[in-house]
Amino acid sequence: MNNSENVKGRVHMIVARTVVYIILIFLAILCLFSFYMLIINSTRSNAQLQGGFAILPREHFLDNLKNAWNDASINIPRGMLNSFFIAACSAILTTYFSALTAYGIHVYNFKLKKPAFLFIMAVMMIPPQVSAVGFIQLMYKLKLTNNYIPLILPSIAAPVVFFYMKQYLESVLPLEMVEAARIDGSGEFRIFNQIVLPIMKPAIAVQMIFSFVSSWNNYFIPALLLDKAEMKTVPIMIAQLRSADYSKFDMGKVYMFILLAILPVLIVYIFLSKSIIKGVTAGSVKG
Amino acid sequence: MNKQKKKGISYAKWGYIFILPFFIAYISFTLIPQLMTFYNSLFENYRNGLTQIGPNFVGLQNFVKLFTPDKSGTIGMLKYFGNTMVLWLMGAVPQVLVALLLAVFFTSYRLNIKGQQFFKTVIYMPNLIMASAFSMLFFTLFSPVGPVNQVLLSSGMVDKAIDFLGMKISVRVLISLMNFLMWFGNTTILLMAGIQGIDQSMFEAAEIDGATSLQVFMKVTLPLLAPILVYTIITAMIGGLQMFDVPQVLTNGKGTPNRASMTMVMYLNNFLQTSKNYGMAGAVSVVLFIVSAVLSLFVYNTLSKQYKK
Repeated sequence: MNNSENVKGRVHMIVARTVVYIILIFLAILCLFSFYMLIINSTRSNAQLQGGFAILPREHFLDNLKNAWNDASINIPRGMLNSFFIAACSAILTTYFSALTAYGIHVYNFKLKKPAFLFIMAVMMIPPQVSAVGFIQLMYKLKLTNNYIPLILPSIAAPVVFFYMKQYLESVLPLEMVEAARIDGSGEFRIFNQIVLPIMKPAIAVQMIFSFVSSWNNYFIPALLLDKAEMKTVPIMIAQLRSADYSKFDMGKVYMFILLAILPVLIVYIFLSKSIIKGVTAGSVKG
Repeated sequence: MNKQKKKGISYAKWGYIFILPFFIAYISFTLIPQLMTFYNSLFENYRNGLTQIGPNFVGLQNFVKLFTPDKSGTIGMLKYFGNTMVLWLMGAVPQVLVALLLAVFFTSYRLNIKGQQFFKTVIYMPNLIMASAFSMLFFTLFSPVGPVNQVLLSSGMVDKAIDFLGMKISVRVLISLMNFLMWFGNTTILLMAGIQGIDQSMFEAAEIDGATSLQVFMKVTLPLLAPILVYTIITAMIGGLQMFDVPQVLTNGKGTPNRASMTMVMYLNNFLQTSKNYGMAGAVSVVLFIVSAVLSLFVYNTLSKQYKK
């Protein structure tokens, strides 16, 4: 009897597991389908694209790439270069200064330590869009439109990244280490740059990826500040593609534009997905 | 160790120096603009063609205008707030339910799911993809001449191309589907971490008592996960209030059809793009600020509780 119950339990488990795998595979396909179609469609000519979906790639990838790359109205290589420059600068500033701020609050004792910390926590969730009006106005007054300064410098103050760095420091940095370095005669900045930063490397790497990606994808503010063709970033160009009369377009080229817009992030993700996924949780609340 | 941490090192000056850049950047690029935004909301200040109107102080008139029904009887702000919430809910409800389900699957040692890393990698991927490009992709796939319509036409399922972007329901479904795809992987990973943070002995005790999987979920997992679940939902809601890129690109900024997919931030963006209407845009921002501040208060409480050691 015990045996038959065991068998029943095992059959039950097999059924449950099968159902779970079916759900997982369905969701995975749902996630991948549109991107798979994007990649396939970027290899098809405009004429081939009139035939609906296709499962297998065709031979026009390089033609589409050449057409998109040399397009007269949408200068995608320039856009990618611009986006890359802004995203790389933002990623470096965000991570360095968030680490610096977190270290300042974690290690030192000063009167405004607690208020400063509580302030950053309080503003952490305020959406950036609610200060956009004043921000745009200020940048117009300072004649900083069509300039990358307003897209790069504000990343020095990133409350969420600060919070992540603070939590990381709490778990990895023993204060004895700082004291020992002081006894050895190191200055405060030197301690931070040469001892603390290397310890924080994993946290910095993860946050660099996240801030690079969010800057690369950022559309709202850049679209309000950049209108010169040679200054535009990739998301602005994608939106431009949408507002043009698409029915006259070579669709192979359109798919190629979209592919180029997401490709850098996709490549980074393929190589670093494990640590990126780990980084998703590390900075959030724990029970 | 802990005591020492509290005592710290008295190099107070350095503390200020280290946090200074953050505060300078925050004050000049966020706080001052924030105050300017509030200030602007009290002025009439826009461009009509080439003529600049204002700035003239008008008190709360911008807010009155925002909440006054127009000719068609719809109240601008409430309509767009409603749109934003409907679009958010349509994506967020399945997002949280599916994420909860997956988080339970992945953490169940009884099920012992293989290939977890692969599934997590795949479901998280859309979160990193450029939202505007993702939306443009959906637009090309679902446009009247796009492949979806071509398949429907050639298979004879329809005899005229379906205008997915001209119907309220299909536009809303497409937007929420994209939002769902972009966020359910992220939520799954957060909830998984939450479940893993629950004391394992709770699950073992329930099992010894002969609880079924459903009972364990309802009586152990769910109540203990509740704080994190609520936190996740609130942060998702704050994110939902900011919904912009996906509907903006999908509908070319028009919120078609008949502004049924126009969100609050799209409305704000419209004021800024078309007429540099800082007054009305400021008023919209103030409303957005108040709503998100109320929601943030909750997150703030959760996070600072964690820090009351």
